[in-house]
Amino acid sequence: MKPFTQVTGIVAPMDRANVDTDMIIPKQFLKSIKRTGFGKNLFDELRYLDVGQPDQDCTGRPINEEFPLNQARYQGAEILLTRKNFGCGSSREHAPWALDDYGFRCIIAPSFADIFYNNCFKNGLLPLILSEEIVEQLFQQMYQTEGYQLTVDLQSQQVVTPSGETFAFEIDEFRKHCLLNGLDDIGLTLEQADAIKAYESERRVSAPWLFDAVKN
Amino acid sequence: MAAKTLYDKLWDAHLVQQRDDGSALIYIDRHIVHEVTSPQAFEGLRMAGRTPWRVDSVLATPDHNVPTTVKERASGISGIEDPVSLIQVKTLDDNCDEFGIVEYKINDQRQGIVHVIGPESGACLPGMTIVCGDSHTATNGALGALAHGIGTSEVEHVLATQTLVAKKMKNMLIRVDGELGEGVTPKDVVLAIIAKIGTAGGTGYAVEFGGDVFRAMSMEGRMTVCNMAIEAGARAGMVAVDDITINYVKGRAYAPSGDVWERAVEAWRDLKSDEGAHFDEVVVLNGAEIMPQVSWGTSPEMVVGVHDNVPDPAAETDAVKREGMARALEYMGLNAGQRIADIKLDRVFIGSCTNSRIEDIRAAAEVVKGRKKADSVKQAMVVPGSGLVKAQAEAEGLDKIFVEAGFEWREPGCSMCLAMNADKLGSGEHCASTSNRNFEGRQGYGGRTHLVSPAMAAAAGVAGHFVDVREFVRG
Repeated sequence: MKPFTQVTGIVAPMDRANVDTDMIIPKQFLKSIKRTGFGKNLFDELRYLDVGQPDQDCTGRPINEEFPLNQARYQGAEILLTRKNFGCGSSREHAPWALDDYGFRCIIAPSFADIFYNNCFKNGLLPLILSEEIVEQLFQQMYQTEGYQLTVDLQSQQVVTPSGETFAFEIDEFRKHCLLNGLDDIGLTLEQADAIKAYESERRVSAPWLFDAVKN
Repeated sequence: MAAKTLYDKLWDAHLVQQRDDGSALIYIDRHIVHEVTSPQAFEGLRMAGRTPWRVDSVLATPDHNVPTTVKERASGISGIEDPVSLIQVKTLDDNCDEFGIVEYKINDQRQGIVHVIGPESGACLPGMTIVCGDSHTATNGALGALAHGIGTSEVEHVLATQTLVAKKMKNMLIRVDGELGEGVTPKDVVLAIIAKIGTAGGTGYAVEFGGDVFRAMSMEGRMTVCNMAIEAGARAGMVAVDDITINYVKGRAYAPSGDVWERAVEAWRDLKSDEGAHFDEVVVLNGAEIMPQVSWGTSPEMVVGVHDNVPDPAAETDAVKREGMARALEYMGLNAGQRIADIKLDRVFIGSCTNSRIEDIRAAAEVVKGRKKADSVKQAMVVPGSGLVKAQAEAEGLDKIFVEAGFEWREPGCSMCLAMNADKLGSGEHCASTSNRNFEGRQGYGGRTHLVSPAMAAAAGVAGHFVDVREFVRG
């Protein structure tokens, strides 16, 4: 996993609450058996005016000019600013894959849905929580300033605005550590293999029905 | 000893390692796998040269992409006409063969929607931790288990280590007191709960559903409610074990037997919250006040009683919410103040991991019996949750009732709940659907979903618009 330390980048808006993962990446694109290539279909139903198909070349498709990601001022955005409960609905990890593949490194919102929040950390993507008031303030500043950028520093847990104003954010220590160092979860867990085996042997005796094999 | 909630007990029993920073390593007893969220996980294992930690804890089946027409299903996997879907189902078959995982393949009678076949086969049992790369895994919480959805990276993590890195959630009790009125179903109960607490109301919580209404509810009904815990933001929903649970599990293919069964039942009897256990949040509803529900918008919290009108965004004081409502009305092609009963339906979908069990099929059949689908309804589709549900329904003659009424009787799968196969809505079409999500485009590009119970969907299919199924059945 690629590490996340500090990002300074253009901020793009997704100005609505309850953005669900069906909206982030519609179902027809989940048929892929790869982890990459979802960026061109990020927010497909909002970005384009036609119905997208898997494996389609998107360059000639009619685009929705009103959608922020299609506007010149938001090109190259790395930070997505959005409202409450972002990423609700389906557990599809294709949602963070699509955001990452598009080029986003950080999503700022007042709250996230649990599964999506969790999935982001597995992909070097930082879901960052700020209060509704601060998010509203950032929306205002962003709309007023073309090319509006923020700096997100994970080590110091701070968001810095162009005027130098800073906002602190919270994050779990373990998640921060893994993100800063780009650590592979599985490798870390396997270092605890003995503890897992010890737990298993005890449970095999105390609750043997949990270990009956699934057989054909 | 401090009083514990059901969730506390399940968590404690599966704790492998507690870390100082609040995170923990949790043991996973059962892992259910489907074709959409697993290919990248298997690929990850292969690339790292890893194998599943406990391969016989895993059960797989294809459900999202499988066609539901008899014609396409007749030739098995090669009958899948969509080449991209075919590759995904084939990939699951290949991965299961390569890693030695038991899979109910496309035309195995035991195949079905993951959250239907887990409890049905007895692979999912009370007291287990159960995961699947699918947000509706909470369905299994009806058994008195800790069950929740995970992402693909976590699918790989569980395959490789039999554990998950997790942080303990908070406890919420949602109590529904009293008795439900006649004709009011578990689906109406869960929609009423979501309307009350909102789609983020349960975020960060494990929810236990308790109170008289749940004690009296069948296992199928409890599954319907737990299934939609995620629609209220909660990853896990659960119901305490009682005789109804134990009678349901007894005799299932993977359920224990003999002495082990007796020991298991003894342990399961403790799977309930202790008297005086602490909940961080308690929500109470009165069962008698719940009406048959219909969703009008594009979020499962946008739901009202069948006799209500479509709400007016102008009356909403929260600006973000007001804009959301206005956008939903525009997408749905509805007007504020319009009567729910005046919404005309183009299609009806009875199925999905929320409502495709035998009890759901029976409830729909009872309404449809001796009646006909309205001519204005283009299609009414009944998709059983598994091959075994289908066989049971056919043994009871329910398939004939549907076919005689002009409803289609299909093969099992996720179908039009998320429209990854050929079953989908056309743009602008209104659908009475027993599924779980009314998001924009969920059932097809531009499609307009109204979430309802099986009986309400069936009645709407006959009437051509929404009706109160209680009055409808009385005629």
